[in-house]
Amino acid sequence: MKLVGVAVALLSGAFLLYATVDFPPWADPASPASLHVSPRYIEKTIEETAVPNVVTSVLADYRGYDTMFETTVIFVAGLVCFVLLRIFRTVGSEQILYRHIPTGITVRIRDHRRFPPRELKEFERIDSVWTPYDPIIKTMCRLMIPFLQLFALYVIAHGHHSPGGGFQGGVILGASFILLAVSHDLRSSLARMGEKIHTLFCPVGVLAYAGTGALCLLLGDNFLDYKALAPLLGVDSIMARSHGIFIVEVGVGIAVMATMIWIYNNLSSEGRYDEGL
Amino acid sequence: MIWQLDLLILTLVVIAGIGALTVKDLLGAAILFGAYSFMMCLLWSIMGAVDVSFTEASVGAGVGTVFFVAAVFRTTRRTKD
Repeated sequence: MKLVGVAVALLSGAFLLYATVDFPPWADPASPASLHVSPRYIEKTIEETAVPNVVTSVLADYRGYDTMFETTVIFVAGLVCFVLLRIFRTVGSEQILYRHIPTGITVRIRDHRRFPPRELKEFERIDSVWTPYDPIIKTMCRLMIPFLQLFALYVIAHGHHSPGGGFQGGVILGASFILLAVSHDLRSSLARMGEKIHTLFCPVGVLAYAGTGALCLLLGDNFLDYKALAPLLGVDSIMARSHGIFIVEVGVGIAVMATMIWIYNNLSSEGRYDEGL
Repeated sequence: MIWQLDLLILTLVVIAGIGALTVKDLLGAAILFGAYSFMMCLLWSIMGAVDVSFTEASVGAGVGTVFFVAAVFRTTRRTKD
């Protein structure tokens, strides 16, 4: 069976390599893609959308449907992780570990509802698979996370002029919360971005994208044709397309950020949302 | 485009890909897959596709590796086949 698998893999690889012979050479100006489609975008992007980064305008304006359904795919991926993994019932007589901070002694509490030491400042709840307190990692991550988030917002907002946009910025924004969950614990990440909030943000981002398109439809233009937004935004139709791209990118960023946190929380806590990585 | 650099990165991509497939330790496979993503990110930026490179760096090498590590942490580290 293994030999058959290797043979099939080698054969299909050989076919794929054979198919690349027919490809045009890399960066060939006479290849079909470089003759008709690319020059149109490269020449007309600035005068039609006022966006210097051609990739952004193609992604969110000329090929807006693609990006909308990519966002939907990411939302569905998060939803599937939620449906498959999330467990809502709590297992009875659960043992919860606390650490006494001044002495470093671990306390195990069988019935934490009767005796919650949460209010006492000296006790800190810890995971059952617990690594020792590391001030270097915790302090470094706490210093880095605000700058990470600021950089993520810059990537989203500056996607018109430089590489970046909603997807990348959203992933970096979600990764900052994941870094908090990895370096501290899942509960301190959930205290800042709770389950309800990030689960709600996910469809809200997709809705911001699809809603912008539907708004264009309501204003009497095609779906995702942002120049219909010009009277609402108070700008001319070219700048309206630029601003429309920005609104859509923010929606993508929100959806991607929330989905990354959603998938991570479900994966790392086996759907119980109590103890993370 | 420097062809020596290109060849080096392409070789590393192939090595990381084959390593991620063959290694028995799943955590090692996750790390090798992260290395593969990072090499692909370098390749994209050599080819001038900076947006794709950025996405590959953030999604493939960054968050994807964390997801794999989380999945390995909650399941098993050794593969059976």
